[in-house]
Amino acid sequence: MADLEKELRARRERGRKLLIPYLMGGMSDDWGKALEAVIAAGADAVEVGVPFSDPMMDGPVVQEAGLRALERGTTPDEVLDGVARAETPVPVAVMTYYNLIFRAGHKRIARKMASAGVGAAILPDLPIEEIGPWAAEADAAGVATVLLVAPSSPPERVARICDRARGFVYAVARMGVTGERADLGSDAAAVVGRIRDCTDMPVCVGVGVSTPEQAAEVCAVADGVVVGSALVRRLLEGGGPEAAAAFVGSLRRAIDEV
Amino acid sequence: MSRGDGDAGDDRGGDAGDRGSLMARPGPDGRFGEFGGRFVPESLMPACLELEKWFDDAWSDPAFRSELDGLLRHYGGRPTPVTECRRLSERLRIRLLLKREDLAHTGSHKLNNVVGQALLTKRMGKTRMIAETGAGQHGVASATAAALFGLECTVFMGEVDTKRQELNVFRMELLGAEVRSVISGSRTLKDAVNEAMREWVACVETTHYCLGSVMGPHPFPYMVRQLQSVVGAEARAQCRERLAGSDPDVVVACVGGGSNAAGTFAGFVDTPARLIGVEAAGGAAVTNGVPGVLHGMYSRLLQDEVGQIEEAQSISAGLDYPGLGPEHAHLASIGRAEYSSATDDEVLDAFRLLSRTEGIIPALESAHALAWVARNAGTAALPHGSTVLVTLSGRGDKDVAQVREILAGRRDG
Ligand SMILES: Cc1ncc(COP(=O)(O)O)c(C=O)c1O
Repeated sequence: MADLEKELRARRERGRKLLIPYLMGGMSDDWGKALEAVIAAGADAVEVGVPFSDPMMDGPVVQEAGLRALERGTTPDEVLDGVARAETPVPVAVMTYYNLIFRAGHKRIARKMASAGVGAAILPDLPIEEIGPWAAEADAAGVATVLLVAPSSPPERVARICDRARGFVYAVARMGVTGERADLGSDAAAVVGRIRDCTDMPVCVGVGVSTPEQAAEVCAVADGVVVGSALVRRLLEGGGPEAAAAFVGSLRRAIDEV
Repeated sequence: MSRGDGDAGDDRGGDAGDRGSLMARPGPDGRFGEFGGRFVPESLMPACLELEKWFDDAWSDPAFRSELDGLLRHYGGRPTPVTECRRLSERLRIRLLLKREDLAHTGSHKLNNVVGQALLTKRMGKTRMIAETGAGQHGVASATAAALFGLECTVFMGEVDTKRQELNVFRMELLGAEVRSVISGSRTLKDAVNEAMREWVACVETTHYCLGSVMGPHPFPYMVRQLQSVVGAEARAQCRERLAGSDPDVVVACVGGGSNAAGTFAGFVDTPARLIGVEAAGGAAVTNGVPGVLHGMYSRLLQDEVGQIEEAQSISAGLDYPGLGPEHAHLASIGRAEYSSATDDEVLDAFRLLSRTEGIIPALESAHALAWVARNAGTAALPHGSTVLVTLSGRGDKDVAQVREILAGRRDG
């Protein structure tokens, strides 16, 4: 299993901007193929969603993908098994909600992630105040817990979050849930700056980044970018692994020019 | 305190709660025993932490308290009476008292909470409130308080509920609120909460989320309980007056999120009274739920074996919720309160029973508490001769059309 932080740091040192596409595990029969396709198209790591019934941080597109995955009977274990089966030469992080982790049991699911080759977890409804029991088991299993910093996070929280974060620090680009936006908003650069004041870990910006132009804009200040809804929408529309690869390729080219 | 007339007066249960009470203030981590906490995105954490400070500051400010008391009294119609049910008591061979929240302005206990939160919204310098609603009662109360204070108001309501509570949708619109029909998930209360949370993340700078029950992340379960504790404090004093200084044997309230029950229990938790919370049979989070995290809280939830939240099923939109407030999960785990449930059929029977014997049409939610009493009167759980206080959390006007349809369907079918 690749160590997420080491891997991302190494790529950053080579002068490469980091591209982290998100897709929803189990959203279609060929989601494993889509996962492989976005890696081949230039992803530096991939976020795989584990569908939850009540995704509080997600907008309509990711909600719809989650619903489809649940309607197909997708379980957390199946998503992890799917990651294990896929050809994943770059690190994979899962993104899901805490109840699924709690219900599975911290230790069991952390070990299951590790054995599936999942190197990191992003749990947006688990703030640092509540992270203890999970983080202990995740650390023990070698699973990095990526933490989010929001535009509303005051400096003392940013410092605490950066201190506890593993893998990379996820800079939330705007106040709001996931979903495509026409513009990037004005918060991202300031959030990245506040994180840089506290840590030299890789910083990637996500939530609302929708186009190659926006990805490039973000990468002018951050080490990388997470793109979710814009990719998931293409998969929901039936574009399949090819459309996913084409879109990720366009993101790659845009950020390589930064 | 401004209420100097001694009628259910200065003895507010909420403050009694801070001195070694079984319903004490939760710790700094927002836990009641093991339940509670704050499981929200980082974007919302600062708002939750600030809200806690604002509320503590307001709650210990005599000016805030007296403004709130004055509003509840002169605008909200408090104190609400306690009514002795003569005919129904005779029939059930118990002594039944009702705490009449149905007589509060807007027809339920929900106003107690929203007037407090609307005052707090102003105090925080925010200009807009958002709210979720199931039956529509919390939405109507929020729209009412927003109108009173000149705040903007958006209410999130599941599409299933906008249909079964059409009149309340119109009521909210009349009051100047915008009602957003929620079409995600099961399209009921739980999804309305999700959508309100999503909106809150996006607008937290200008907008207060006026949560309608003792649920969600800390400080909401504590804050809403304190704001509802006026129900229990009044009721305790009124019962003592009526019962020659003693307390009822049993205190019963329905539980959706659990705010009318928490407010009621706060007044009696430190008396010998047995406390009974009654959930909908299809939403019985204490009986059928397991611990987990939803809507920012660690509590008991209906969920499947991997942790997907299950949909509640109830005749009453206000109890159609797969969880309950963390303090109730705690009171259940330490055994201080007992939780039971009532089926839709029992609820319909109780709805008609109270209407015919006492001339009071209860909300379907409140009818759950009455159904428990009707089912248990004369059994070991509620022996003949017991004195029982039921919090009648709301009036049934909003439910009349729905009940008529159900009863007509039964006659035809
Ligand atoms: C009349 C009435 N009672 C009870 C409830 C349930 O809420 P809670 O359990 O918070 O009192 C509602 C909710 O809509 C209601 O309208």
